[in-house]
Amino acid sequence: MQEITMLDAIERYIRGEMLPEERVYFEQMRKSNPAVDQMVVEHTIFLHQMSQYGEIKDFKSQLNEIHNTLSTAGEIRETPAAKVVVLWKKYKRVVGVAASIAGITALGISGLVSYLSPKGPNEKLIELSRELHNTQLKLNSVSNKINEGSVNQATAAFKSGGTGFLIDGNGYLVTNYHVVKNATLVEVQNRQGASFKARVLHLDPTADLAFLKIEDTTFKAYGPLPYGISRTGTKLGDDLFTMGYPRDEIVYGKGYMSARTGFQGDTLSYQITVAANPGNSGGPVLNKDGEVVGIVSSSQHDVQGAVFAIRTKNIFRALDDMRSDSTVLKSDSLFNHVRVPLSSPIKGMERQQQIEKIEDCIFIVKSNL
Amino acid sequence: MRTETNEQKLLEGLALNDRKAIETIYKQHYNMVQSLILNNNGYADDARDIFQEAMIVLYEKVKTGSFELNCQLKTYLYSVCRRLWLKRLNQSQRISPEVENLEETVPVEEEMEWHQQRNLDFQVMEKSMKNLGEPCKSLLEAYYLQKKSMVEIAENFGYTNADNAKNQKYKCLIRLKKLFSQYKK
Repeated sequence: MQEITMLDAIERYIRGEMLPEERVYFEQMRKSNPAVDQMVVEHTIFLHQMSQYGEIKDFKSQLNEIHNTLSTAGEIRETPAAKVVVLWKKYKRVVGVAASIAGITALGISGLVSYLSPKGPNEKLIELSRELHNTQLKLNSVSNKINEGSVNQATAAFKSGGTGFLIDGNGYLVTNYHVVKNATLVEVQNRQGASFKARVLHLDPTADLAFLKIEDTTFKAYGPLPYGISRTGTKLGDDLFTMGYPRDEIVYGKGYMSARTGFQGDTLSYQITVAANPGNSGGPVLNKDGEVVGIVSSSQHDVQGAVFAIRTKNIFRALDDMRSDSTVLKSDSLFNHVRVPLSSPIKGMERQQQIEKIEDCIFIVKSNL
Repeated sequence: MRTETNEQKLLEGLALNDRKAIETIYKQHYNMVQSLILNNNGYADDARDIFQEAMIVLYEKVKTGSFELNCQLKTYLYSVCRRLWLKRLNQSQRISPEVENLEETVPVEEEMEWHQQRNLDFQVMEKSMKNLGEPCKSLLEAYYLQKKSMVEIAENFGYTNADNAKNQKYKCLIRLKKLFSQYKK
């Protein structure tokens, strides 16, 4: 109650409604009592704030009224631009951001899918990607030839190492060019662990082939080789097997021909699916008849089990080259007597027996570089 | 020269809350502000809000009596609206890092700060009034804003006499003051 009386006094004082006598008394009270003074100041400010509030409120409602009047009268136009244009302008950034997020997500998901999906069972996916590869390949094969196979080596992850096999019982071996390239000393080692010095007779970087001759007094010439070298090659789906030295022990691998071309469409080689390891390079690929149909050369590191084998017809082509090469003939007088076996004596044998016959003709190739 | 005196007259009218003056300013400049807002991620409703807020800034300014317009009214309003809109975009986090400058602008930072303080007071008062409840709100509005006499108010609200109404009014005022200081914190 006292507060109300006080407020009433303050308001009357502010509005100047006090009688002169009362006003003098009140002013004295303000001077002597700071609390009263404070109340007066505070209330003045508050009343001022209230009236400002009232003014703005009135002004606002007036503005709204004017707005409505003007807009009904057509003096101001609301939403002048076409709606779609406005929407587009408004959301173009959002749309841009959304589109790029969608793009990134799509890329991420497809990346994840291809990364995580099991390579084996998901045949469909792999076949699809292979098709893509193949179309690209055919285009590339031309440039491959021009580049003399350097493309092949530069991009494929070679499981280099060294295996070689006899093509003539007198100590003529075939291995990969990349196994012995730059080598100044070459040695071959048979299954029993006996080493023989060998000489590089001919290099064919294009086909990734190298021809060695064992020139060691301890080497005894073989009789007829157990296998033949096929001139025709192999067909898609043929059962194949490989022999090689990924370790010091000879290792047998079983697989099949899985594509007619090699890495990036290389037509000099073809793809087989077999487990191959570094060291298999230069080893023979044989068919069920025990005919050599290819030479293991490389594998593609991102495709499991895909191994590339060089077609055997490259051996014959290289041999023809060598026969017309005077330096080869000069360095090796016996070269003219080299006879590559074409038929395979082990045809029709059980696989174990075939292997027993073959393994003696397969050597570890060691080069000093 | 003529436009300047015309604009001066409009501002004088605005200070006196003259409807004709307000309407003229509104008519002359609203469309410009609307295209600014629409071109920068806003809707027509935003344009209305922003323009009216700018009008309030101008109104508060001219009411102080010490306001001097150093540029065209159009430029001034445009600058204020642009600042207000930038702030609004910032608060609502709508994507629009830069607002296109369609017109020339003048610095209005001082006004903005000043207006912001007053706007805050206004909002606190509005909230306090709203939460005060009836009949206190109407009673206070009738007396302090519409400046009606206590006798009139007593009649309108059905109090037996003006003194009772006055007592009630003070009670309401004390509550309002409490709410106001509470919300202000």
